[in-house]
Amino acid sequence: MQVKEDFKPTIVAFCCNWCSYAGADLAGSSRLSYPANVKIIRVPCSCRVNPLFILRAFQRGADGVIICGCHPGDCHYISGNYYTRRRMALLISMLEYLGVEKGRVRVEWVSAAEGAKFASVMESFAKTICDLGENVKLGDLRCKK
Amino acid sequence: MQKMIDEIKEKCAALIKNGEASRVIGWEKGELPYDRTPAVFDGEKAVGRLLYDAFCGANISKYLIAASKTGGKVIALLKPCDTYSLNQLLTENRVDRSGVYALGVGCSGMVDVEKIRDKGIKGIKDIEEIDGKLSIKTLYGDRTCDKSEVLLEKCLSCKGEKFAVSDDSVALLEGETAPSPSDRFSAVSRIEKMSPKERFEFWRGELSRCIRCNACRNACPACSCMTCVFDNARSGVSSKASPDAFEENMFHIIRAFHVAGRCTDCGECSRVCPQRIPLHLLNRKFIKDINEFYGEYQAGEQPYQRGPLVDYNVSDRDPGQV
Amino acid sequence: MLKITLDKISELLSEINKTHCVYAPVERSGEVCFDKWSEGEKVRLDVLKTSKSAKGVFFPQTEDIARFRSKGKELEISQAKTEGGPFVIFGVRACDVKSFEILDSVFLSDPVDSFYKARRENALIVAIACSKPEETCFCKTFSIDPAGPSGDVEGYTANGALYFEPRTEKGKNFCASIARLLEEGDEGAVRAEKEKIRGIMADLPFSSLTTKGWGKDEGNRKFNSEKWKELSDACIGCGACTFTCPTCQCYDVRDFDNGREVIRYRCWDSCMYNDFTMMAHGTPRKTRVERFRQRFMHKLCYHPENHGGVFSCVGCGRCIEKCPMSINIVKVMRAIGGEEI
Repeated sequence: MQVKEDFKPTIVAFCCNWCSYAGADLAGSSRLSYPANVKIIRVPCSCRVNPLFILRAFQRGADGVIICGCHPGDCHYISGNYYTRRRMALLISMLEYLGVEKGRVRVEWVSAAEGAKFASVMESFAKTICDLGENVKLGDLRCKK
Repeated sequence: MQKMIDEIKEKCAALIKNGEASRVIGWEKGELPYDRTPAVFDGEKAVGRLLYDAFCGANISKYLIAASKTGGKVIALLKPCDTYSLNQLLTENRVDRSGVYALGVGCSGMVDVEKIRDKGIKGIKDIEEIDGKLSIKTLYGDRTCDKSEVLLEKCLSCKGEKFAVSDDSVALLEGETAPSPSDRFSAVSRIEKMSPKERFEFWRGELSRCIRCNACRNACPACSCMTCVFDNARSGVSSKASPDAFEENMFHIIRAFHVAGRCTDCGECSRVCPQRIPLHLLNRKFIKDINEFYGEYQAGEQPYQRGPLVDYNVSDRDPGQV
Repeated sequence: MLKITLDKISELLSEINKTHCVYAPVERSGEVCFDKWSEGEKVRLDVLKTSKSAKGVFFPQTEDIARFRSKGKELEISQAKTEGGPFVIFGVRACDVKSFEILDSVFLSDPVDSFYKARRENALIVAIACSKPEETCFCKTFSIDPAGPSGDVEGYTANGALYFEPRTEKGKNFCASIARLLEEGDEGAVRAEKEKIRGIMADLPFSSLTTKGWGKDEGNRKFNSEKWKELSDACIGCGACTFTCPTCQCYDVRDFDNGREVIRYRCWDSCMYNDFTMMAHGTPRKTRVERFRQRFMHKLCYHPENHGGVFSCVGCGRCIEKCPMSINIVKVMRAIGGEEI
């Protein structure tokens, strides 16, 4: 697929408050850089993320959505991320079934101490989305600039 | 199947007579020979109008949400596939078990009139089932066809003759059997094998026909929210407009997701769609995935069972893994 | 009378397409509905009833009305432009043509709906008589003749050809513009076809259905019938009937905020939905029985009362085919029509 040279993807990251958001904070205070076009939305737990949020993000112009949560077994609310795992596994499989490019939605486990991991995950995701190009299949023409 | 109706009427009349139940929810004759409307038969006399034959495809379990709570027991005529829906509704506490007398009725497959029309048989004046063959009188000549060729989509993956829940049952007559099921995931697998581009085109082609009438949502026994998310004006989605491709996709992805793990594969969504979109292919994809990822699961097999999406296993696979 | 053989229909549409957009019954992923015809597409004149009625050509399911953009303290409002010039709608049936008249009586009465009016004035209607009425048809009940569909040009299929008879000035000009593709046809064949169609109509299951007991003076009486509860029991309130019906015309006006501007659009609405005409206090019809009753009272009593006795049903039979629970207007007419209340 032809990708514009200057294509800057818009990425939405749902980060759980206790682990991955803290991880993002740590990346920031350690002066580790990650792409500026990653917009973080803080949620109390990764299982707060509703598939409707993900689709709405795509509708409003996101090219990629990443959900970051605590490592399974370490959820602040004990079992929240276990439900996330099941839910997102099914959603990602369904999006693929509908022909949406594999890789636009990703789930990563990042703990509060893993600032470096957060930065590298965002870098790698941004690169994946850059390669995949602009989101057309799940976009909404009414929201196009 | 028509001869079963005598036994059904007998049982219903007896139950109403001895005060165990007050009314029956079943099917009655519509305006055309193949029309059957779900209806409430209040009292012993009304039971005489009950009908049961190869055109009673409607799943009446969803009416029980309201009917089981209006006082007095209601006898529900449930085909084997419908009983799974009842179990699922019981699991979700939507139906009051004490208000329902589940009368299972055996089924040898229900006819899809649209499929008869697809064969070029139009202007149907009369239609009769005799020994697995349909004898059809039309405005343009008499025709026959095999019942097995014009069954509803859901009957092609029949779950069998077992009733998942029943207080009593009326079995099929001698010589009649449930339709033999084909692999219910074969269509899903075929789509999975397409390239992403072909898949997208396939679904765009199907979903672009959607007129957002919400028949699928209203007929689905799993969709019983008092206020649907799509009816909420503030959610940013409209329940009745299809302004663009995104909205068409989103409604169906989200609805399939909301019923994932709770869908019993009753096939009502595909049966009721006025645009004949194969919606069951979305729900079956979820069922196939759940079976593969988290173990074989059939919603509604037992009442009060824990669904796969409200359960977990510490060794579940990570999302996105093949 | 001029005619064209059926195998040359694509050629004819090609010719028309040079100057006018053509809407015809075309296949879209397996279902036939009225949509823009494109070169080479097969026109499905063999299908009697399209899944979606033809009203979408004049009254689209969603339509932008205006856009609002705020710039500081200023509000910029821009009205959506109605697109397109003159077009031809090809292959509508008698029931569809009559439904346009019913929509006219609503949209073209004061205050006039300018979007609808523009489209209506741009349209040239080529109607086709129904060679093979189906068991779900009952247009005769509403005094519609499938053998005389009217419109700007009436078409009849007979002996492997399509015969044209212009009915209006616009129709005459249209026939003149395509005359070079047409040839002389035998009027006798058309007469025979009309006879045949009328014969089949008499044989239909609903041929004896009348509007007796319904109409502009029956409103108050029929409203109080006790049979409404029983009739509405099976209704699941889905809206399939309203969206496939050629005369249902209710719409909702909504706003969509895309972050930079607000798009105001209108979309089809259904009186069967529980949020229909939702106001601050709630809805005026809180139960399903009331909503069910309202739909049929509108079609059979209120519309005739407001529009000189014209019923708002054209007997196309789409509701009979599409209702998930086999409820339809015939059932209601028969159940309550003869009642003495």
